[in-house]
Amino acid sequence: MKSKLFGAATIAALAFTLQPAAAQQSIKIGFVSTFSGPQAAIGEDMRRSVELALEHLGGKAGGKKIEIVYEDDQFKPDVGKARSEKLVQQDKVDFVAGYIWSNVLLASLKTVTDEGNTILISANAGPSQIAGELCNKNFFSTSWQNDQTPMAMGEYLNTKGVKSLYVVGPNYAAGKDMLAGVKRTYKGQILGEDYTKWPDQLDFSAELTKIGAAKPGGIFIFYPGAHGVQFVKQWAQSGLNKTVPLYQVFSIDAITLPQQGELALGTLGAQEWVNDLPNEQNKRYVADFKKKHNVYPSYYGAQSYDAIMLVASAAEALKGDVANKDKVRAEMKKADFKSLRGDFKFNTNQFPIQNFYIQETVKDPAGVMTVKTIATAVTAAKDSYYDKCSMK
Amino acid sequence: MKDMLASMRTPRGLFTVALLLVFALLPLLTEAFGQRYLLSVGTRIVIWSIAAVSLNMILGYGGLVSFGHAAFFGIGGYAVGILSANGLGSGWLQWPVAILASAAWAAVIGALSLRTRGVYFLMITLAFGQLVYYLGSGLEAYGGDDGLNISRSRFAGLIDLRDKASFYWLCLALLCATLWFCSRFAVSRFGLVLRGAKSNELRMTALGFPVFRYRLAAFVVSGAFGGLAGVLLANEGAYVSPAMMSWVKSGDLIVIVVLGGIGVLFGPLYGTVAFFALEELLKPGLDLLHKGWGEYWQVVFGPMLVLIALYARGGIDSLLGRRDG
Amino acid sequence: MDYLLIQMLNGLQLGLLMFLLAAGLTLTFGIMDLVNLAHGSLYMMGAYIAWTLIAWTDSFVLGALLALPATFALGVVVEAVVMRRLYARDHLDQVLATFGLILFFNELVRMIWGPAGKSIAVPAFLSHTVEILPGVPYPAYRFALIVVGVIVAVLLAWLVARTRLGMLIRAGASNRRMIAALGVNIELLFSLVFGLGAVFAGLAGLMAAPISSVKIGMGDDILILAFVIIVIGGIGSIKGAFVAAMIVGQIDIVGRAFLPDLLKTFMAPAAASSAAPAISQVLVYILMAGVLVWRPTGLFGQRS
Repeated sequence: MKSKLFGAATIAALAFTLQPAAAQQSIKIGFVSTFSGPQAAIGEDMRRSVELALEHLGGKAGGKKIEIVYEDDQFKPDVGKARSEKLVQQDKVDFVAGYIWSNVLLASLKTVTDEGNTILISANAGPSQIAGELCNKNFFSTSWQNDQTPMAMGEYLNTKGVKSLYVVGPNYAAGKDMLAGVKRTYKGQILGEDYTKWPDQLDFSAELTKIGAAKPGGIFIFYPGAHGVQFVKQWAQSGLNKTVPLYQVFSIDAITLPQQGELALGTLGAQEWVNDLPNEQNKRYVADFKKKHNVYPSYYGAQSYDAIMLVASAAEALKGDVANKDKVRAEMKKADFKSLRGDFKFNTNQFPIQNFYIQETVKDPAGVMTVKTIATAVTAAKDSYYDKCSMK
Repeated sequence: MKDMLASMRTPRGLFTVALLLVFALLPLLTEAFGQRYLLSVGTRIVIWSIAAVSLNMILGYGGLVSFGHAAFFGIGGYAVGILSANGLGSGWLQWPVAILASAAWAAVIGALSLRTRGVYFLMITLAFGQLVYYLGSGLEAYGGDDGLNISRSRFAGLIDLRDKASFYWLCLALLCATLWFCSRFAVSRFGLVLRGAKSNELRMTALGFPVFRYRLAAFVVSGAFGGLAGVLLANEGAYVSPAMMSWVKSGDLIVIVVLGGIGVLFGPLYGTVAFFALEELLKPGLDLLHKGWGEYWQVVFGPMLVLIALYARGGIDSLLGRRDG
Repeated sequence: MDYLLIQMLNGLQLGLLMFLLAAGLTLTFGIMDLVNLAHGSLYMMGAYIAWTLIAWTDSFVLGALLALPATFALGVVVEAVVMRRLYARDHLDQVLATFGLILFFNELVRMIWGPAGKSIAVPAFLSHTVEILPGVPYPAYRFALIVVGVIVAVLLAWLVARTRLGMLIRAGASNRRMIAALGVNIELLFSLVFGLGAVFAGLAGLMAAPISSVKIGMGDDILILAFVIIVIGGIGSIKGAFVAAMIVGQIDIVGRAFLPDLLKTFMAPAAASSAAPAISQVLVYILMAGVLVWRPTGLFGQRS
């Protein structure tokens, strides 16, 4: 027994130490996302888009091979932090990208950007702290700041003349940010505001009954992933879909639509990227993605694709030499790449200045559920926190 | 002394000594092999070991299965976080406050929970754990669910916690202190009463021991050490969040203690090492077999836990050979 | 008044769903003295198996009916392979083993069905709303959930109170050694009871599927609530589980539907709307802690 255990310990030590030394022949990107548990579908969509970006790049940027190391955050901040630490310290990656969740990103931020002096590109999460007082020269976003999407929706509701609104979201930080965002721009009357348990609420009957009694001009929701599926189904089953229209952010997308199906038809959402944006790179991305996986990509995927393209653009400009971080950051700040949302600029806090669009949920000619752009809500929008950032 | 030398020559003794030796030399080893990340893993293992040892004090010796132990992670961590967010960065203030707060919470919930037994005790401690969890999520001024980035405790001139090696040594020293305390505790009159009450409560009561008070005292001590682990965890990541006190973490702690060996001094240590090392080893191991399999490591890890529960009564400790007496 | 009625129906429906899950748990706990954390995995497997069978048969009713014997079979297999070896063991060994099973089942589902969730549509004949009172619509499917829940509860009450199996179950819950002494085939009884518990869990999972989504780990969070219910009710007591599930269902709805307005009567509206969800999240835990401080073995538990 003893010798067996010591044997195991030796193998353990070997497995740790025999990792190949970081070779500078390649550009290494660590990618942190959720690949297990109930939200793994989002991580899978992101990974597929990263792989597609690599394919479009021919696996190379600036003459060097791009290497991706995926790590699973298990939807837990401490795990995300530990995995990020591994990427920076053991795999010695040049960039870290990904991050679906605000709390995972906040837990990992300092480890990557400060202690690891490594550039981090958020492909989704955008908590207000990082746009404002916690902004960092090593942090870039290819997504948005949390409040921006609901604020765009609020603007649209004003122009559409929706007189009253009932807002519902999960009772956690991003949920509160999202509802605060729509309330900041929406000028009509808020008839009610409900926060539900997170992440284990199964049933929304109590809230839907309240909404039915309040008779608002519309419902605004924020329920990412599986929760969006549940809310939309129950909204439609309660019969409210015939009387109260649903407006949403991050609750109906390419990942949830296969499950929501026709129940989601006609709902409106806001987003900075839509699969039908008419630029060449987007057409190619969506077509290739559909050909490969037989489903539409989501904004999570598009933002991840952009994150890889952003890195590649800097590597290309520097002919593959990404060792000098100052030069890399300077190149990245130019945002000189073909983004799937069309060209955009980085603000001083290194969040994009970009348009937001309104989409309707429809069936495509083949009968597959998808979303279609129907209006531009805001153009060249900046987030509300950049003036609190010390970088000017 | 002679007994101790003799016990060191058993497989268990050799294994434990080797383990401690690796722990002691870890910063030097990781430096020599250029594996800084391993030191971070080591630090987390040491901190979790402190928490597991503290849980073992009530679970192992007292037979009280607390399913809310992660609450002490949170209380210890948030005490540091809240004080540091308000500009009180000195560890001389933060640490005692954190430990006292954990002990106070343990006293309150212990007084209420210890009226129940067995699974009811497990569930009532879970309920109190969830209370603290949701309280943390509701602390909007301190980040709510997003958590809070903090600066590490300052011990002016004495030690810089930002230095990974020094922080590791400190954690290890505290683990040794915790183990020493636990070993004294186990053989003290106090510990004997507690263990007696575990196997036969009625008899201990009949002998005139105030079992409830003994258990409450043990619960408070255990909570205080749990709080200490929380303080260290907050300083390790420079971040606190409600996730550190979710029921899943309480469950992980129980699993670690059972995995290592219940009521055994070094059991929690074996358990923590196995729990963390298996993840780090299974992933690359499975990836070596077939690229992409590493992601499914839990398909192997899960049945391993089942097998240990089924065939290794007494956890890893029992794999190290029979215990005398 | 209509509003109150509908909210109470919502609470009833939620409570019945929780009862289905809790019934199996309290059975295995009471009789085999087994802490089965993997009960939530059976709930998840029931939903996934039903999804496969519904897609295969193209009929909700047929698929659901076939899924029940399938989850029974799964339960019997799990019992024979793992659980049987755990009955005589410490609760902590059971926790460790069944925790391992949760990890295993979650990853197994991801390997078989992939990471994306699945959706079971409400069957066409139930996808409308019914008027329970003139001008008060209620989703027909939720109404059906209440009906099925009540039927199962009555069936279970009959089974426990009137049949030989029920007699053994009651005897086992109060004194495990006695039934062994009665010369009953214990192994068969235990695997039957465990299979029955799996069927209830699977039924809860597949019935919840059309209003929620079929996803990995769907049973893990709800499992905690099921444990809360059986502990409030008293371990091993079907009646206790039923009463506790009803109370928890109503309390949950009250916390969400009425608490915000209630708080507004004596608090600032802003403070009330942020305090209400926080309070409603912990209501069931406060309830459980309160019950246990008052009665340390639950409402209908055996006194020691």
